[in-house]
Amino acid sequence: MSNAIPPIPHPTNDEQIRSFGKGITSRHEHKSQLGRQSLFVVAILFALAASSSAQDWIRTGTGLGVEKVRVAAPDFKPSTADAKNTDLLKTFNSTLWNDLDNAGIFFLVSKSFYPLQTPSQPTEVKFADWSSPPPEASMLAFGNLGATADKVMVQGWLYDLKNPASPQVLGKQYSDSATDDAVRLIAHKFADEIIFRLGGGIPGIAESKIYFVSDRTGHKEIWMMDYDGANQQQVTHLGSISLSPRISPDGSRLAFSSATKSGWEILMYSFDLNRLVSFARFGGMNLSPSWSPDGKLAFSSSRNGFPNIFVVDGSGNNGHRLTTDKGPDVSPTWNRKTGSQIAFVSGRTGLPQIYTMEADGTNMQRVTDQGYAVSPNWSPNGQFLTFSWMRKYGPGEPGSNDLYLMDVASKQWVQLTHDAGRNDFPCWSPDGRHIIFQSHRTGADQIFTMLADGTNLKQLTTKGSNTQPNWSWK
Amino acid sequence: MKHQIVKHQIKMWGLFVAALGTLMFLGACAKKAAPPPPAPPPSPTAPTASLSASPNTINKGDSTTLTWQTTNATDVSIDAIGAVDPSGSRQVSPSDSTTYHLVAKGPGGTQDATARVTVNPAPAPPPPQTSNATEEELFAQNVKDVYFDYDKSDIRPSEQGAIQADAQFLQQHPGIHVTIEGHCDERGSTEYNLALGTSRADAAKSALIQAGVAGDRIKTYSYGKEKPFCTESNESCWQQNRRAHFVYEK
Repeated sequence: MSNAIPPIPHPTNDEQIRSFGKGITSRHEHKSQLGRQSLFVVAILFALAASSSAQDWIRTGTGLGVEKVRVAAPDFKPSTADAKNTDLLKTFNSTLWNDLDNAGIFFLVSKSFYPLQTPSQPTEVKFADWSSPPPEASMLAFGNLGATADKVMVQGWLYDLKNPASPQVLGKQYSDSATDDAVRLIAHKFADEIIFRLGGGIPGIAESKIYFVSDRTGHKEIWMMDYDGANQQQVTHLGSISLSPRISPDGSRLAFSSATKSGWEILMYSFDLNRLVSFARFGGMNLSPSWSPDGKLAFSSSRNGFPNIFVVDGSGNNGHRLTTDKGPDVSPTWNRKTGSQIAFVSGRTGLPQIYTMEADGTNMQRVTDQGYAVSPNWSPNGQFLTFSWMRKYGPGEPGSNDLYLMDVASKQWVQLTHDAGRNDFPCWSPDGRHIIFQSHRTGADQIFTMLADGTNLKQLTTKGSNTQPNWSWK
Repeated sequence: MKHQIVKHQIKMWGLFVAALGTLMFLGACAKKAAPPPPAPPPSPTAPTASLSASPNTINKGDSTTLTWQTTNATDVSIDAIGAVDPSGSRQVSPSDSTTYHLVAKGPGGTQDATARVTVNPAPAPPPPQTSNATEEELFAQNVKDVYFDYDKSDIRPSEQGAIQADAQFLQQHPGIHVTIEGHCDERGSTEYNLALGTSRADAAKSALIQAGVAGDRIKTYSYGKEKPFCTESNESCWQQNRRAHFVYEK
């Protein structure tokens, strides 16, 4: 991080993302004037970076150059004398802090800058103490928690410190059973309320779920966990090899690929019934399912010979083939906003590259031009692909798999991970601000999250080998 | 193994005893056969003869009944049996297809008749376990896995010999089925490697079919990089893992 060069000037609307590096050309002539200017600036920055450091680290993002809102979030305080409060508050405060810190849309002021007296009630807020340095906060999140018998009540507020006359942005009260899991969920809900209001009306992700593959039982099974790595639970117990979990848009069904006796088949787990439900068997090798926003499934199937991309409806019927080449074609991902395009991986020209096509198989375009590019995932706003790429890959090449972000319209890309082992299977968060992925940087495959600009890295798993994370749609 | 040899010996003894019994029976019959009554000299009517076998098709080891009738014959004999009564029947158990030939001689001349008994070869005995293991061992000794170049799924020239030898072996052993597993090295993505492994298995299958092996004897499977043969991170190990692995199926 210390190698980062000065941030790019605040991007204009149609220039939210820009690519850097050699050999990039804009294919959109109407952008060329602006594009050339920006590229020129960028080229200078690149040259500066190259001269001062061997690495081509570039800071990018949608909010660069904008001062982030400074938010203070002192620990919630006990409101009753119950003995359970200590443990419950510990869980609540760490969860809330982590959620706000993860959000990536504001600057969370360090607790060491806070006044000695922190509020637990609106009447206790001393505006000047918080809005002036050292905390110099604009927003203050505070509240209290109290257990009574087996119940717990939480009150939380968000105050706009710049507006003492009418400061309340948010006031919430929650009650639930006095358990660790319940207060963790309350913290997630309160965090999501704050993030929703300060994040331009985009819902927070603190209540979202992650589905992934873990071999910690000795077999590769499907597991799930909260978005922050808490509550890791085993979903399948098949004792085979199960891969590529993909949660349906409504969160009720999980499609994945499993090695059965006859071949790899798409299996379906229902979270309504908490068991596997029957799903069509296709024969051959059936891999890498992907849900469309309206509940169709695309996947790779060798039922007709070569591994090609097929689409079926949510019950496995009305299947049709979209690609007909020798392939192998695999890892489809739908444009999550429109459902009208599919990106996928094909080895038809040699090393695997990423292609896009319309959802009916027409208008095929190759979007990567070299190396080994796999595991595309389409952003919720439909604008970006993230994928794993070894730009210079082949026998004798020392490169590593890094994660990249590509603007689908212009095919311009930026690199998100640097010099950190093999990184694969990136997947967007529901809010489009985060990316979850697997990385071998610790010497074993583990699951990490980061902001979509590559910062704020967090490791979520440690036990066994954990791969192929898939983030819920909400 | 020992049990089977003993069994085999018992079987042989059984056959021997049975054969001895048959011989003795035949001998006794021959002795019992009374000399034919002298035919009336003045009526030189020509003899008649008929011979049939029922059933006329048997499996090896089974028996059939020969039945014959003659008239005006003084000397009746059947090839391979000898002199017999003018009319009679007898069980026979030929080991090969045989045409029984009866000759009836009388003062009026000679008449013959034939009956054909077709013997089907014995149904092949169920192959003992040892022969299956041998087939599997032969498979293991003769069928070689096929190796691939990095990120490739076409059979490279250096592997053509192996695939042709595999095809030849499979043609010589038409009872063997095979599953071809496609494997990949550890580099690259899980999903892409599963698809690549599928292509490798299919390429090996196509090559076998082209060499004359029936497609319905060959199944394919892909393990991608899920079941490596070698787990080190170097080229010699990766080459071990880039293969189409042939698995014996009964």
